[in-house]
Amino acid sequence: MTAAAEKTIVRPYGDTTGDGMVQVSFTLPVPHDKRAEGAAIQLANKMGIDPAMLVHAKPMGDGFTFFVVYGRVNHLVDLAAVQVVERDFPLLSAKEVNAVVKQRLRRKLSVVGACIGTDAHTVGIDAILNVKGIAGEKGLEYYRELKVTNLGAQVSVPELVEAARVEKADAVLVSQVVTQRDAHLHNTREMSAAFREAMPAGKRPLLIVGGPRFDETMTGELGVDRIFGRGTTPGEVASYLVHALVTSRKAAA
Amino acid sequence: MSGKLDLDPVLVARARELARRAGRPVVELARSHTTVSVERAVLRLAGVSGADPDGIPWVNRLVDAVVADVGLGHGVAAPVFDALAREGIADVTLLAQKAAAGSVRFQQPAGKAATAARKAARRAVAAGVRQVDRRRAERDRLVKRYGDPKQRPWIYLIVATGDIYEDIPQAQAAARAGADVIAVIRSTGQSLLDYVPEGATREGFAGTYATQENFRLMRAALDSSSKELGRYVRLTNYASGLCMPEMATLAGLERLDMMLNDSMYGILFRDINPIRTFVDQRFSRQVHARAGIIINTGEDNYLTTADAVDEAHTVTVSQLLNEYFAHEAGLTDELLGLGHAFEINPDVPESFRLELAHALLARELFPDAPLKWMPPTKHMTGDVFRGNLLDGFFNLVGTMTGQGILLVGMMTEAVVTPWLSDRDIALQNVRYVLGAAGGLHEDFVPAPGGFIQQRANRVLGEAVDLLERIGEQSLLTAIAEGTFGIMKRPADRGKGLDGVAAHEDDYYNPATEILEAAA
Repeated sequence: MTAAAEKTIVRPYGDTTGDGMVQVSFTLPVPHDKRAEGAAIQLANKMGIDPAMLVHAKPMGDGFTFFVVYGRVNHLVDLAAVQVVERDFPLLSAKEVNAVVKQRLRRKLSVVGACIGTDAHTVGIDAILNVKGIAGEKGLEYYRELKVTNLGAQVSVPELVEAARVEKADAVLVSQVVTQRDAHLHNTREMSAAFREAMPAGKRPLLIVGGPRFDETMTGELGVDRIFGRGTTPGEVASYLVHALVTSRKAAA
Repeated sequence: MSGKLDLDPVLVARARELARRAGRPVVELARSHTTVSVERAVLRLAGVSGADPDGIPWVNRLVDAVVADVGLGHGVAAPVFDALAREGIADVTLLAQKAAAGSVRFQQPAGKAATAARKAARRAVAAGVRQVDRRRAERDRLVKRYGDPKQRPWIYLIVATGDIYEDIPQAQAAARAGADVIAVIRSTGQSLLDYVPEGATREGFAGTYATQENFRLMRAALDSSSKELGRYVRLTNYASGLCMPEMATLAGLERLDMMLNDSMYGILFRDINPIRTFVDQRFSRQVHARAGIIINTGEDNYLTTADAVDEAHTVTVSQLLNEYFAHEAGLTDELLGLGHAFEINPDVPESFRLELAHALLARELFPDAPLKWMPPTKHMTGDVFRGNLLDGFFNLVGTMTGQGILLVGMMTEAVVTPWLSDRDIALQNVRYVLGAAGGLHEDFVPAPGGFIQQRANRVLGEAVDLLERIGEQSLLTAIAEGTFGIMKRPADRGKGLDGVAAHEDDYYNPATEILEAAA
């Protein structure tokens, strides 16, 4: 091991080791004048940038100014103290998902999705399933090796179970946006109970729920395999599906 | 502007003929079917407005009531105006309220009653169409007074906060900063709602709901910006999804200036039933033609799912189909904002020359259409510095190839919804390129037989081949088999199919009658 690799305290690098140089840009809601530039320096100082060089200031619209600041940040980074929550599955590209399913499952992976109960908000399920997707990421329909059945909104639990049976679903995705009187929790419990009743353990599809108000740690309590919260992307769901249904399963067998 | 690519005029004519051949059966289908949304649009023109306490529009309640009693295939105009006469009510919205309460029965009138009902329906709808005409004349007046943007392309900017009252100052600030066209992005998922929400809205998902009141508020705000800036600032929204005909109608009534309106987008990207889409699309385009609204087609979307080099010809094919459908519905070339995009992977060798070839091909195939040039999205990674450079090259292609409408690319695409500073930097980028190279198209003549000419001719050739293949089966089969954007969409599947009906022999739609008489 080299000396550099052992070092756990680091600083940002401009052009010299240890110079601590960073570059930031931001907007303040003040018209451009001397005071605005002073305000930008003040903000930079409070961010730990000292000395701060204001290299660019430009008025934008009415009463806003855009700044670019370079300077030396006095904070230290302790690599030994870095804490990250590791995702327990690798994030795959659409191509990789398709390749793994094709090579190792050797058939299309069947996914059935719905909004259950009275919830008519298909925003979540459509963002994950529709080709259109969300935030520039295509939905699961776009994945050549996934067979997606999107049942839409206000689907009853028996209808969902039946559709899962007909489509030989490997996974069932349920979206719940409405949370009045904990409707999302009741609906999810009802759904998982129905699947437990209708299908024996080995034959049950993977049960996944998603929505902005779920607590991702409640899987056991709700009887589902996975919960996805706000900001989940189709790619994460697809990667999880491959992990849970193909890679980790085959590895265990 | 023509003749830079040395395109074979025989091949170009062949491409148009094949597009016509592929599109004609679809037009026949559209002429012989109606949808709940077409019928609701007719009622909106006839003056039905507002919504019930649950927010369900009265047009929905009224169409549902008519369909329950007599079905959809006769058209709702005759049964509605027949009931109006029988009930002795003057106001159609009042009739809708009574129908929703279950106190009105509908029947398909015959004989004299039918003649009277049709006449009354036609009179009411004609009043709505006259309103659309007045709005168009008003636009012509304002454009004359304030003027069009000084430069081409027009600069098109997006706002989308979810709250119409936040959108308004942002749109006005964007106009002041140089935007010629403001587009208000819709809330995610609105395209799949089978009704148009009502009133001013302050909550949306990644966009603002399209409602008649929001249209009105934003148009009024941009009218005052136009006055302030001395140029007419245009407003864009979406005539797409399950309510396409109603959106077009509301846009006509509220003097919107451009509408996104693609012939196949809803089918491919929203899994809306193909027949529903084509029927809705034809009606919406007839309304756009009457209202003088520029349509923006969505070919850029194919390139976000498929490879922009390998599938470049599918853009050309879709443009040709969109052109055929648009002309058939009465839209003139000046109203055809055919779409295309700068989406080639920047790591591909000579990607900029390929983009130039593709953009010039669209320009030369459709010399009189404004053409909407869309910025990179697929290869925007979060590296905002590289993104800004790509956007600069995108702007350069736009001006070198004489595009009509330039959607301003954001370096923070795929990172955040644009910040104030992102928009400012993006506009600075556009201004620099247009200022530094705005006349470059005069000097830019690709070498005869060179890379750009060869590439453009090859894409045109591939487009003709694809159109030949589509012609051998049919457009609906091609869509079912995944020819466009890799999605497979059979004609008997998809959302909104239950809102489609074949015309009965006595089908009557006064709006279509009026719109087609003018064409």
